[in-house]
Amino acid sequence: MFYRETGQFHSTYAADMAIFPIRQDRIGLAVIIAIAAIGVPLLGSPFFISSVMIPFLVYALATIGLNILTGYTGLISLGTGAFMGVGAFACYKLTTLFPSVNIIVWILVSGFFSAAVGMLFGLPSLRVKGFYLAVTTLAAQFFLQWCFIRIPWLYNDNASGAIEVGRRTLFGIPITGAQATVQTRYLVLLGIVVFMTWIASNIVHGRIGRSWMAVRDMDIAAELMGIRLLPTKLAAFAVSSFYCGVSGACMMFLWYGGGEANDVFSINQSFNVLFMVILGGLGSLTGSFFGAAFISSLPTIFKFGLPAMGVHIEGATAEHLTNMVVGALIIVFLIAEPHGLARLWQISKEKLRLWPFPY
Amino acid sequence: MKNAKLLTIAAGVAVMAAALPAQAQDSIVIQSNAYRTGGFSGSGIPVGNGIRDYMALVNAKGGVNGVKIKFEECETGYDTKKSVECYEQGKAKGNVIYLPWSTGATLAAIPRAHIDKIPIFSMAYGLTAASEGSIFPWVFNPPLTYWDGASVMLNYVAGKEGGLDKLKGKKIGLIYLDAPYGKEPIPFLQNMAKKHGFELALYPVPAAEMQNQGALWLNIRRDKPDYLYNQGWGAMNPTAVKEAIKNNFPIDRLIGVWWGSGDDDARAGAAEAKGTKGISWHQVGANFPLIQDIIKEVVDKGQSLTEKGKVGEALYNRSVYQGVVITEAIRNAQKLTGKKVINGEDMRRGMETLTISDARWKELGLEGFAAPMKITCADHSGHNKAFVIEWDGTKWTKASDWISPSTGELAPLVDAAAKDYAKTDGWPKRSEPCDAK
Repeated sequence: MFYRETGQFHSTYAADMAIFPIRQDRIGLAVIIAIAAIGVPLLGSPFFISSVMIPFLVYALATIGLNILTGYTGLISLGTGAFMGVGAFACYKLTTLFPSVNIIVWILVSGFFSAAVGMLFGLPSLRVKGFYLAVTTLAAQFFLQWCFIRIPWLYNDNASGAIEVGRRTLFGIPITGAQATVQTRYLVLLGIVVFMTWIASNIVHGRIGRSWMAVRDMDIAAELMGIRLLPTKLAAFAVSSFYCGVSGACMMFLWYGGGEANDVFSINQSFNVLFMVILGGLGSLTGSFFGAAFISSLPTIFKFGLPAMGVHIEGATAEHLTNMVVGALIIVFLIAEPHGLARLWQISKEKLRLWPFPY
Repeated sequence: MKNAKLLTIAAGVAVMAAALPAQAQDSIVIQSNAYRTGGFSGSGIPVGNGIRDYMALVNAKGGVNGVKIKFEECETGYDTKKSVECYEQGKAKGNVIYLPWSTGATLAAIPRAHIDKIPIFSMAYGLTAASEGSIFPWVFNPPLTYWDGASVMLNYVAGKEGGLDKLKGKKIGLIYLDAPYGKEPIPFLQNMAKKHGFELALYPVPAAEMQNQGALWLNIRRDKPDYLYNQGWGAMNPTAVKEAIKNNFPIDRLIGVWWGSGDDDARAGAAEAKGTKGISWHQVGANFPLIQDIIKEVVDKGQSLTEKGKVGEALYNRSVYQGVVITEAIRNAQKLTGKKVINGEDMRRGMETLTISDARWKELGLEGFAAPMKITCADHSGHNKAFVIEWDGTKWTKASDWISPSTGELAPLVDAAAKDYAKTDGWPKRSEPCDAK
């Protein structure tokens, strides 16, 4: 009914192989971006933007990063939090050393530092897989977190070990620091996320992405077909860490606006992002957004949304409830739908294409 | 389907918009961060209960000059991210004063205070340098700072050893939570170590390892520090007390900062914890008319989350102290502005001109509870005196006279730290005028 593709013919290979071959999808995407770019900043309250939308976008970026590694290439990482931290500290060092360069440039460049560190810790991935790789990335997590605390140079010898985010402007409008309005921070973040999702989508649908998926499905077969494992796996680590690094820099500069950093990029953060990947759907960019939206906003909905709807709930109870619901859902999803929310979305889409006349 | 998604988003926006009811005009909103969950709840629950009960008492007695206080808690789990969320929610509700209850959360809020016009009250925690009112007009950290606390500790130790010059060659250990809170006194202690010739040994405890300090205490056992200063919070404190006993560290030489010396913390060591020390700037116990009122009007009527026996404990009373400072500042702001229902800007002025004299403490029903305090335009802390308390096996008791921090040594360091902070790009010059007392 709403989702019929009757009459949409593809007369070229390009049209047939497009990422969104159905017109309704393209319109839907345009509508979502329009809402996100125009509707939310105009209509959303500052609390909604700062506590729901900004965390969602930051986590979406990190989830895409981990999804590239875990979902597309099949390599498990528990070092996401640390790689995000590398990005945040790199961005902080760069912007304090070269304050005149635009902060957006530094946010993106900080991803390269994270990528380099990620590749370094990705080296063992050629020899070890599964649990063993998870343990080596766990080592990265602990080692890097130790660095964040013990190397005062990283936070410019600040007595409290905190990152202080100063004012940086774009076309004269402050986009970081306390003077930046929540709407400007949101729009800058949205721009970064949309741009990087577009890049990621092109990577995973192209030659590199296909070689990742070949490695994921069976690495020996992939090798026999001429895919060189080491460069492929390292590329996955690099791109994944790049995304995590940019997400970490965004987290510190566009969301938190400074503060203690070592605690933020802890193992809990790594698990959090991993849960988003699992719940959202392994190997799906749409799923990354679903997972990030679900897990990052669930606590906020319980804590602030329910009381607003008239359901009285204590803050502490909401906290416990969130833990229980997320825990239960992860178990349910792992058993009932291992491909996560993305798969549910796909199923409902297929059903809708036939609705109301299924055969 | 797309429509359904649209609807969901629209509904989300609507819910969030509805989440922020218009500011009530007949009451003053105060939202405090709280952590009744997680590893820090052991400390978070008593400090949450104190002010909650006090505000209930104030409202039961008709409010502050007839204006009711709408006191609410926001659960953070001692997590900076959630604290930021709570800050935003408080702002939307018209919160007049931000109570971060975490040094990390304080640091995150300091750059926003002058823009959102919400003063920050970090009572004896937070950024020490923020006591410079000329640079941090929106931040208040009375009655004393972590550097003052460390200085009081040094003065107390010096008193036992026979003077600051006798500290030469001694070893003082600092066991601290590896977070902004725990690290705060380090620069000062390092400075003092250099000046007085004692050795400072640092023992960081990461938050994840709070209850697992065994390895650290092996180092302490090896280093044999003469005194151990505990800058801990939450589950870290009872663990430290237990480990000290297990490792035969002389328990009377373990001195906790005010947050490191709660009743439940010492109780963990049972009878063997007898003699462990802490620093406090107010009395402990329920033998004050105001605390008795809380018991009668709030606890006995079942409006409190506290067990009756825990009213008057160290952390509880500390939180009551915070409540008193806030209501006194509101009273002050009402007097200054002539308004009944004040906002954040008025609250800032009320805080900045706050004085609580001995006579006023008596009027409040807290005679002898704490030293008189005074905040001025230049000094947002007061750097008040404190005293040492000792655990007698069942409760904390006062174990020394009032000890002043060495303000002469502190002032230049605080000044330098504040100037250093003000170098952050975009930090504004103070534009708020000073009120005459």
